[in-house]
Amino acid sequence: MSRYLLRRLLIAIPVLAGISLVLFTILALAPGDPLGEAATNANVPPEIQARIREQFGLNDPLPIRYARWFTAMVKGDWGYSFVSRVDVGTLILQRLPTTLFVLGSAQLLGLLVALPIGVYSAMRPYSVFDQIATTFAFIGFSLPTFFTGILFILFFSIYLDWLPFIYRADISATGWRWYWEHARQAVMPVAVLGLFQGASLTRYIRSSVLEVIRLDYINTARAKGLSEKTTILKHVVRNALIPVVTLVALQIPAIFTGAVITEQIFRVPGIGSLLITSILANDTPVIMAITFVFSGLVVLFNLIADLLYGWLDPRISYR
Amino acid sequence: MEERELRAMIGQVRTGRMSRRHFVQTMVGLGLTAPLAAQMLGSAGVAGAQTKATPFNPTKRGGGGNLKTLWWQAPTLLNPHFAVGTKEQDACRIFYEPLVSYDPEGNLFPVLAASVPSLQNGLLAKDGRSVVWKLKPGVAWHDGKPFTADDIVFNWEFATDPATAATTSGTYADIEKVDKIDAHTVRLHFKKPTPFWADPFCGVRGLIIPKHLFEAYKGAKSREAPNNLKAVGTGAFKFVDFKPGDIVRAELNPNYHVPNRPFFDTMEMKGGGDAVSAARAVMQTGEYDYAWNMQVEDEILKRFEQGGRGRADISIGGNMEHIQLNNTDPWKEVDGERSSIKTTHPFLTDPAVRQALNLLVDRTSVQEEIYGRTAIVTANFLNAPERFRSKNTKWEFSVDKANAILDAAGWKRGADGIRAKDGKKLKMVYQTSINAPRQKNQQIVKQACAKAGIDIEIKAITASVYFSSDPANPDTYTHFYTDIQMYTTTQIMPDPQDFMLQHTPWEIASKENKWQGRNITRWRSEEYGRLYKAAEAELDPVKRAALFIQMNDLLIKNVVVIPVAWRPRVAAISNKLRNAVQSGWDSDFWYLPFWHKEA
Repeated sequence: MSRYLLRRLLIAIPVLAGISLVLFTILALAPGDPLGEAATNANVPPEIQARIREQFGLNDPLPIRYARWFTAMVKGDWGYSFVSRVDVGTLILQRLPTTLFVLGSAQLLGLLVALPIGVYSAMRPYSVFDQIATTFAFIGFSLPTFFTGILFILFFSIYLDWLPFIYRADISATGWRWYWEHARQAVMPVAVLGLFQGASLTRYIRSSVLEVIRLDYINTARAKGLSEKTTILKHVVRNALIPVVTLVALQIPAIFTGAVITEQIFRVPGIGSLLITSILANDTPVIMAITFVFSGLVVLFNLIADLLYGWLDPRISYR
Repeated sequence: MEERELRAMIGQVRTGRMSRRHFVQTMVGLGLTAPLAAQMLGSAGVAGAQTKATPFNPTKRGGGGNLKTLWWQAPTLLNPHFAVGTKEQDACRIFYEPLVSYDPEGNLFPVLAASVPSLQNGLLAKDGRSVVWKLKPGVAWHDGKPFTADDIVFNWEFATDPATAATTSGTYADIEKVDKIDAHTVRLHFKKPTPFWADPFCGVRGLIIPKHLFEAYKGAKSREAPNNLKAVGTGAFKFVDFKPGDIVRAELNPNYHVPNRPFFDTMEMKGGGDAVSAARAVMQTGEYDYAWNMQVEDEILKRFEQGGRGRADISIGGNMEHIQLNNTDPWKEVDGERSSIKTTHPFLTDPAVRQALNLLVDRTSVQEEIYGRTAIVTANFLNAPERFRSKNTKWEFSVDKANAILDAAGWKRGADGIRAKDGKKLKMVYQTSINAPRQKNQQIVKQACAKAGIDIEIKAITASVYFSSDPANPDTYTHFYTDIQMYTTTQIMPDPQDFMLQHTPWEIASKENKWQGRNITRWRSEEYGRLYKAAEAELDPVKRAALFIQMNDLLIKNVVVIPVAWRPRVAAISNKLRNAVQSGWDSDFWYLPFWHKEA
């Protein structure tokens, strides 16, 4: 087990280095530079732009820039943002709580909706409940979040005037009001994301439960007189969850990197919106840090998913 | 228009036969800036006008609650010397102040200056080589330290230090030295006679940062200054919190140097999102009080306005959407570059083709179909000089006339309906950035040109590429590797000199200067260059304005560019918000201390 873990961790190092190289190259090949905005701003004359570009080291050849970034990164220095001239770590840490809160709640909501519906649908396939659940699930994951987001805004904010559609990370109220305001503004983004994820999860859970529920050992469990509840919870769901765990584990990195589109629509100051503004501004150090952390998390959670299999299904062994 | 005529107009303003406002608007129409127009009036002894605002005289500070403003791009830092875009400049303007601001008519509005220098009060040197600024006494930084002449000297040193890489360094570059005369007086010495002296320490680029907090962070260490993100200024609001790329929060400054201001107890500037939903938050749901830069179709704005909670506020600045005609051949490569000045364009150098193109831009349709109130078609910029002479020329849209001109010049229609002469076909590529109104605009021009036998191929490029300064990318607007192109040129500088620089023969963009030259059309006119040099050294504002108008006249006569529409600044303002006066020449927040709100 520990040898397996060590081997996987060692493999991760060249993988991550390769990923960073590819990311850096693609970013360098992409057109534009951090001074793109300055180019249209008569306030910043070209010679000053050139000087700033020089100071940022943008004129050096690509391999040198990459080597500089990589050695600094290994030492734990993520560099600083070209546009806000702040250390990248500070910038990301500032955004992390909001993203964790919104995306985490959405993921949780998705699971809470999907688990009971998925299992119940599978227990009674092709019943009226299953048909309705299937229809909604299909509608749910066919509608993109940018559409449902705007739909929600039009209905709940404009038409009913119930909820604010501009998310604010720092609400000045205190005590209960603070919680209330936070809940109110988070409802729409969390619902949009949670229901979208819940919809596809429902389908996953339904199909994997369906697969398990027909197996012989479930009949055995029933035959030996176990209650329906015990059969479903202990025997069906536990086995059916293996593929679902993979799915959820692979989605957890996304919680850390935010939801680009939804964050933009609701102005949630999360990592997703930081990423998109950095991409638009060609702010290489920030983009590199976010995407690199993201790939690191994907590698890590793949490993965690593999380890979880072993816990859920003791027949899987590690060598 | 000649200097004599300008003087006559100024005389009319003095005697009251012409309104001050009309004069300023006429000058803006002639391609000048409002601040220069105000300077002309000032030099002739016409007193500066008061900024128009509804009367509101509070007897104490505060009591206004929270002011919520929305910027659909988020500020990323709070040091005015590092501000790249208007969003940063506006965020800085909440806390930091300049010596003077520019009001909508270009008048100097004293902020940290005790008075406005002029020849009459002796603060302005006759030779244009120095100006004395008297600072308002008793002003304190938010941390209680006094604001003095040392701060002024320091800002000049800070911005001009090459290692600082300040974006404002251009503003301060022409200052030879700044002398501290006493604690509240400084003298600025210019390297050469400077006709427009109200630029350093003025307006949005002249925000002043405190010496005592930035002294240790001059030059290469400037990035590490903790106050880059934590503003300590002299403004009406004190810093509370800033999250780069998200929100700026501020609270009332109890020691603000203007009595009984500001009205609001706290304020915030939230960033991010998109323009349409920002307009919605102000005009439809009333969640916010003010939103910046409404690049939204007028139709949508009108629909939101029906909600009765907010309105679109339109203020004239110097933004002009225009079409540029390439003077060089964009399809022939010489020494590793296209559009090289060693080539000439096969047909765009023919004046007949240029005149025809000018007649084929249907500006009325552009305004009616695309921009509505958010664009102003002015014949003035184009033809005002002629209008004042002959009173009969106006810009016009006429396919027939364009056809007649082309026929007369020998451009014959071929079998495919496209005109040709000497084997050269009138086929052009027309590029601009990807932006819905611009693509509609391209269509309008393309259709009209098709009727006149000119074939246009449309090309649209992502804005982040098109406007980038990447020397390796052939699709940027400065490379100009097509026949014609369209974008908005911004004249946010209070003085037209810098704006006019973009047509001088020594500024031609080329491979040699990494396409950083400002002259993108590669138009070469010795006469223009001579006029520019003369204007640079001319100290009399009226004579100087006449020179600028002559330069402008040259541009129009030779159809170097085809102006399409003025694009005013549009803000969304809550109907309850009062005195949120917008100036096209300064930051959205230039008048912030005086904003107030009705219950």
